[in-house]
Amino acid sequence: MSDVIHLEFDVAGNNFVSAGTATNQVKDTLRNLGIPNQDVRRIAIAMYEAEINMVIHACGGKATADIYADKIEVVLEDHGKGIENIELAMQPGWSTASEDIRGLGFGAGMGLPNIKKYTDEFKIESEVGKGTKVYLRVNFS
Amino acid sequence: MIKHNTVILDPDKCKGCITCMKRCPTEAIRVRNGKASVMYERCIGCGECVRLCPHQAKLPSYDPFDIIKDYKYKIALPAPSLYGQFENLTNVDYVLNGLLEIGFDDVYEVGRGANLCSELTKILFDRESFKKPVISTACPAILDLILVRFHELKPHLLELLAPVDIAAKLAIKRALDRGIPREDIGVFFISPCPAKVFALKQGIGVDKPYVNGVLSASEVYMQLLPVMKTVQLKPLTKLSVQGISWASSGGEAANCSREKYLAADGIENVIKVLNALEDGQLRNIEFIELNACVGGCVGGVMNVENPFVAKARIRELRRKLPLRFNELADEGQSLDFYKWERVPELKDVYALSTDRVTAMKKMMEIEKIFKNLPHRDCGMCGAPSCRAFAEDLVNGVIPSDSKCMYKDYDE
Ligand SMILES: Nc1ncnc2c1ncn2[C@@H]1O[C@H](COP(=O)(O)OP(=O)(O)O)[C@@H](O)[C@H]1O
Ligand code: SF4
Ligand SMILES: [Mg+2]
Repeated sequence: MSDVIHLEFDVAGNNFVSAGTATNQVKDTLRNLGIPNQDVRRIAIAMYEAEINMVIHACGGKATADIYADKIEVVLEDHGKGIENIELAMQPGWSTASEDIRGLGFGAGMGLPNIKKYTDEFKIESEVGKGTKVYLRVNFS
Repeated sequence: MIKHNTVILDPDKCKGCITCMKRCPTEAIRVRNGKASVMYERCIGCGECVRLCPHQAKLPSYDPFDIIKDYKYKIALPAPSLYGQFENLTNVDYVLNGLLEIGFDDVYEVGRGANLCSELTKILFDRESFKKPVISTACPAILDLILVRFHELKPHLLELLAPVDIAAKLAIKRALDRGIPREDIGVFFISPCPAKVFALKQGIGVDKPYVNGVLSASEVYMQLLPVMKTVQLKPLTKLSVQGISWASSGGEAANCSREKYLAADGIENVIKVLNALEDGQLRNIEFIELNACVGGCVGGVMNVENPFVAKARIRELRRKLPLRFNELADEGQSLDFYKWERVPELKDVYALSTDRVTAMKKMMEIEKIFKNLPHRDCGMCGAPSCRAFAEDLVNGVIPSDSKCMYKDYDE
């Protein structure tokens, strides 16, 4: 019923240089809409973590953002290796990132906990061998 | 009165090529009727268009040298980067005495203001609970970029006056102490860039501008060259390594007393760093120095010399200077003297409307138009990208019948 702005992005796997592009475009759109700073910051942090997870742990995927007058919903879906134990993955500091990835400054194991912390709603579904789907929502103040 | 915008166009030289428009970091340029035109509310004065224009049609805006004649007691404030412009300069006193020779009555080095800024940053880091990382505010193009585009990062800004404002305040005080009437004192910054011209004439972070005019480093260079060879050397300089280091990128950060710092230069790199900070990627960094120009202020578009040559010269000059001065104690001012007198306001140039529902409607309109454009970002329509063209249409800044030459976007 209400108006919605729908954005779609392809996120390339293993491309660290372009990682964050989708997040940046969402930020630009929110700026155009005059969304309060603190909300832009929350979605920036959460969406970036989910986006970089698709780059590092899956082989890229798709992201969509639906912006309403009072909230933003972001869905990030990949067909990567999936997560074996989501409860474990949610633990602060837990990471399966390789030494190489850690050398690049990623893999501190704080991504999923941060997504939870900065969003109003966070859902994650995953199936080993099939892929992962992350949903996040931030309400505008 | 000269209207001080950051850059001005020479319409005779502008060919309407789209070089500046495509590279402007804030999408502030459009090509209208075959000529580049600047949307000044978006311009941050970084000088990229001046640097890139293949036809020298973009000119930095600054005051003519003769403006100093309007005042009886003329004070020059040379930027640290000025010293890097001269070949075989063995002693900065040649420059300072040269400035007295070409018409100034006193010289106060901005490098001294920079030295003070470094001393202050160290003290403030220990005393205040900063929001980390602290972002340097010395480059006005970057400060403006944050105020127009990175609103979330405002709490990170270092609320200190820029070295040039500190130098101006102290220079005026010294003149008053010497018995010069306030109305006779004229203070002139010798600037590497249009961003400083604009910022100082407006007065950013200060109640009202301390500087009466901003001169171009290249113009002053041309005046200085002939007199410097014969000038009588009186010892004037109070420059330190800490102060002169601010001329190039990393110099400020290296003296902020924190190990975990980052220094980025070049406007595109800076934008990447600010985006990364916004996305929460820079969790361990305590201090960020950002310069719009490649190489830092030695890369300013009003300089004479290539930034890397200038940087090498400054490194050479540094070897003869004392490491730092504790001028805070000598000056005897309170900390407040050096802090922002007024917090600069955020600028709302990107919001489509102050009303969210209206902004949403406009955005949906933009998306609809954008979807039907060819996404070539060719610039032929006079906008830097297909998206910007769609935005301009919806914002009504171009006629509603404007066309994309590849596609009729009216379904
Ligand atoms: N999109 C994904 N695909 C596969 N595994 C994932 C994905 N996102 C997260 N994970 C798994 O969850 C773990 C924890 O993620 P996170 O908290 O972001 O930490 P980090 O990315 O630093 O390892 C990762 O190490 C990885 O094993
Ligand atoms: S880096 Fe220095 S020269 Fe360049 S815009 Fe900023 S203050 Fe001016
Ligand atoms: Mg992660």
